[in-house]
Amino acid sequence: MSKILIRGAKVLGGEPQDVLIDGDTIVEVGAGLPAEGAEVVEAEGKVLLPGLVDLHTHLREPGREDSETVLTGTRAAASGGYTAVFAMANTFPVADTAGVVEQVYRLGQQHGYCDVQPIGAVTVGLEGKKLAELGAMHESAAGVTVFSDDGKCVDDAVIMRRALEYVKAFGGVVAQHAQEPRLTEGAQMNEGVVSAELGLGGWPAVAEESIIARDVLLAEHVHSRVHICHLSTAGSVEIVRWAKSRGIDVTAEVTPHHLLLTDELVRSYNPVYKVNPPLRTERDVMALREALADGTIDIVATDHAPHPHEDKDCEWAAAAMGMVGLETALSVVQQTMVDSGLLDWAGVADRMSFKPARIGGATGHGRPVSAGEPANLTLVDPAYRGTVDPTGFASRSRNTPYEGRELPGRVTHTWLRGRATLVDGKLA
Amino acid sequence: MQRHLISAADLTRDDAVLILDTAEEMARVADRPIKKLPTLRGRTVVNLFFEDSTRTRISFEAAEKRLSADVINFTAKGSSVSKGESLKDTAQTLEAMGVDAVVIRHGASGAPYRLATSGWIDAAVINAGDGTHQHPTQALLDAFTMRRRLVGRDAGLGQDLAGKRITIVGDILHGRVARSNVDLLHTLGAEVTLVAPPTLLPVGVETWPCEVSYDLDSTLPKSDAVMMLRVQRERMNAAFFPTEREYSRRYGLDGDRMARMPEHAIVMHPGPMVRGMEITAEVADSDRCTAIEQVTNGVSIRMAVLYLLLGGNEPAVTHSRTEEK
Amino acid sequence: MDTQQSDARPVLEGPDIARVLTRIAHEIVERAKGADDVVLLGIPTRGVFLAQRLAAKLEEITDRKIPVGSLDITMYRDDLRMHPPRALARTDIPGDGIDGRLVVLVDDVLFSGRTIRAALDALNDIGRPRAVQLAVLVDRGHRELPIRADYVGKNLPTSLRETVKVLLAEEDGRDTVLLGAKQASPGAQQ
Repeated sequence: MSKILIRGAKVLGGEPQDVLIDGDTIVEVGAGLPAEGAEVVEAEGKVLLPGLVDLHTHLREPGREDSETVLTGTRAAASGGYTAVFAMANTFPVADTAGVVEQVYRLGQQHGYCDVQPIGAVTVGLEGKKLAELGAMHESAAGVTVFSDDGKCVDDAVIMRRALEYVKAFGGVVAQHAQEPRLTEGAQMNEGVVSAELGLGGWPAVAEESIIARDVLLAEHVHSRVHICHLSTAGSVEIVRWAKSRGIDVTAEVTPHHLLLTDELVRSYNPVYKVNPPLRTERDVMALREALADGTIDIVATDHAPHPHEDKDCEWAAAAMGMVGLETALSVVQQTMVDSGLLDWAGVADRMSFKPARIGGATGHGRPVSAGEPANLTLVDPAYRGTVDPTGFASRSRNTPYEGRELPGRVTHTWLRGRATLVDGKLA
Repeated sequence: MQRHLISAADLTRDDAVLILDTAEEMARVADRPIKKLPTLRGRTVVNLFFEDSTRTRISFEAAEKRLSADVINFTAKGSSVSKGESLKDTAQTLEAMGVDAVVIRHGASGAPYRLATSGWIDAAVINAGDGTHQHPTQALLDAFTMRRRLVGRDAGLGQDLAGKRITIVGDILHGRVARSNVDLLHTLGAEVTLVAPPTLLPVGVETWPCEVSYDLDSTLPKSDAVMMLRVQRERMNAAFFPTEREYSRRYGLDGDRMARMPEHAIVMHPGPMVRGMEITAEVADSDRCTAIEQVTNGVSIRMAVLYLLLGGNEPAVTHSRTEEK
Repeated sequence: MDTQQSDARPVLEGPDIARVLTRIAHEIVERAKGADDVVLLGIPTRGVFLAQRLAAKLEEITDRKIPVGSLDITMYRDDLRMHPPRALARTDIPGDGIDGRLVVLVDDVLFSGRTIRAALDALNDIGRPRAVQLAVLVDRGHRELPIRADYVGKNLPTSLRETVKVLLAEEDGRDTVLLGAKQASPGAQQ
C-alpha cells in the first residue's frame, strides 16, 4: 500500500486537517479526505511538522563505531523525528577528503532511516593550518556545502577569512565552532561562580564571543555568509543581533541543552553534564530562549555527541565532552519554547526544519506541508508526559543529561519520502 | 547518611568545633609513652594517592597508625593507573580487598566527590586534596593552629574563631588550600581577607564569603593571622606575574612587613615553602611562624577526622552535600 | 541526658553519698598503708568528680596533697562500632605520672565491667602502676567480665529492667542516686 492518510493532525499546530500521501509525495491537504485505499493514521490531538533537520550531528563513523555508527545514529534521528542530519567532520579519519564524505553519505543512503548530509572539514585534519579540498568535497557524490572544523575552532584569522571567501564559489557555508583556544586551555566548565567554587578550569564566555565578533566582521568584510555553531552565551546573542541589524549574512544555532540546563548541574561532578561549549548560567539560558524566539538565533541543532559509557563513568577531568540529543531534542524544545509560550509549533517547524534545511542546502527537506511536496513528515504527541529512559534509546550511546527527567511530548511517527521510519514510537 | 569528608564547605560550625575539640584530645596522645590508641583496630584504610604529596600522605599514615588502623599505601606512579586503569577500577579493586576507608589525593577536582557519590564503592571517602577544589583536613589543621594560638589550648575548647581576622596571601586561583580555608573559617566566624594579584584570583571570587584585596601592606596591621600560600615559579611563564622579584616585592612576607603585623599575630604556611618567593627565611624561621606546628597539628586533626568518621557505626559529622538525594 | 523518670526513687541521698565517700577514703588509707603513693583517676564524666571529692577527703585525713586526674576510656571501648562516635573527654594524668604508683580508678556505677576493662587497657598505654584498684559509688551487679571493685559505696541489687542513675552537684546540681524502670528509649542508663 503506498497511500497513507494522516487524519485530523494539527498541521504546524493549526486547525486539524487530513494529509494524504501517495508514494513519496504529499498529494492533498484538507478536511475530510477520503480514506479509500489508504492506510489511515489517526492523529487527533497530534501536531504534524515537516521532518526535522539537524545541522549538527556526530555520527562517529568512521573511527568511533563503539559510540555510534551511521546506522545507529540515523535510527536515533528517526526516533527523534528527524529526516535529515548533517554529520560532523571530526571522525577518524577526518572527513576532509571526497573519499570520506562519500563513504558517510552512502552509508546514510544505504540504511534509509534518515538522509545523511556530510559536513566537510575546513582544514586538513582539523588542524587549522591548511585548507582541505573544499571544492572536491562539494563536487563529490556527497555534494558537501557545509564546512566545519567543529570540535576545534578555526582560530587563525587568515585561514578563516580564506575559507569564508573560498566557499562562495559554490555557495558553501563555514560553520564555526567559536572557541578561542588560548583562553580555554584546560577548560572544564563555564567560568564563573560555580567554577570558582568547584575548582574546575574555566571556559569563559568571552572565548566564544570574541571569535563570533571577529568572524561576523570577517564575513562582512569579504561579503560571505557564516554560520555559528552551538551559540551558548548572552553576549554571543548580542553580537549576532548586532551583526544581523547591520546586514551581515550570519546564521546561528543553539542546542537543546543550552536552552534548558545550567552550570549549577556541574556541582554534582557528574560528567554527563560535561559538554563543549559548557553549560552556562540561567541568564544565558534565558537570553538564548529569547533569541531563538525573536529569530536572532535561527535554528536548533542537537550537537548530538555520543560517547561510550566508560568515557563518562569517571572523574570529571578525564571525561569526554558531549551529550546525545537527537532523541530528546523536540521534547526539550517543546518544554523550553512551546510550553513556555515563546514559540508556536509553526515556529518550531521553522527553527528545526525550514531554516536548517535552507542553511545547509538540504533539498527536499524543510518544505511546507502541502500538496506536491516530498512527504518528509514528523507527527508529535504534545500531550505526552514521560520520564527519559536512556535504555530505550536507538543511539548506541546513553550519555544523556536528561535521564530520569520528565519531558513533555513524544514523536510517534516519522516519514522519510513517504516511507515510515517510525511508527507509534517504534522504529520501522 | 554517608561517611565522607569531601569539602570544608560541608561542615557545620558544630561539626568543625567537634573535630577541633577531638583533635585537642588526640594531641595529648602524642605526649604519652605509647602514642597509640586501639580505636580503629581491624579497620583498613587505604591512602590512594594519584598525586605526589609525601607530606600529606605520611601525616595521614601517622594518624591512621596511631589509631591502630591497618594501612595500605597506594601511589599511582608505577601502578596500573599509569597504564590507563580508571579511578573506578582502582577503587573497586581496593574495596574488593576489604577497605573501610579511602583517603584520596587526586589531581582532578571532584574526584573524591565522584568516588563518594557514584556508587562505585561503599567505603568512606576522605579528601586529601583534589585538583584546585578542596583540601578539608588542611583547613581544619589550620583552624586548629589558629585556635590554639589565638584563643588558647584549653580556653579554645568548644570555641570557634569568631571575630578573628585572617589574611590569606598568594595563589588563590590554583589553590585548594585557600578555598577550603575560606569555607571553614567563614563557618567558624572568622573574617577572611584574600590578598593576591588579580591574575591569581578566580573569576567569581566576589561571591565568596570573604574580602579581597590587592594590597598586602594595608591588610597586615588588621590581621590576627597571615597565611602565606606557595606560589609556583612556573606561573611566571604563564604571565600570572612578570617576575619572581616583582611578586615577592609586592606579595612576599619579609621581616619589615611582619613587623607591621600586630604583636600577637602569627604567620602560617601550609608548606612546602618557597623561601625567597612568598616568604623570606627570616620570617619562616621566626617564632611567629607556625609552619612546623601545623605539621604536628595535622596528625591530630587527621586522627580526629578518622575517629569521628570511622570510630562508630555511623559518622558523628553530618554531611549534607553527599547524602543521597 | 535522659529525661527524668517519674517513677525513679532515690536510693542514696546527698548526706549518704558524703558518708560513703568518707568511708571509702578511710578504707583507701587503711588498705594502702597511708596512701602515700596513691593516684586517683576518675572516669569521665561523674567518676572525675567523685575522684576529686575522694582526693579532698584523703587530703583531710593524711594532710598530704593527693594527685588526682581523669582517664577517658572512649577510645578503648569495645562497643565503639555499636554507636556513633562519642565526643572525647579529657584524660589528665597528674604530673608525676603513674609509674610505680597505686592507681585507684574511680567511677560512679559498676555494671558490666566493660568500662573498667577499657580503663585498664588505657592505663596500660600510659604507664606501669605498682597496682590498680577500683572504687565505685554503686555496684549494681550483672558483671560480664571477671572484674570486682576494691571499694564500694553501696551494693545495689538490681534487675536488668532497672536503671541506676547517679546525679552529682558538679554536673547535675544535686547529689542523689536514682533507681528507676528502664525506658523504651536506649538512653544513658547504666
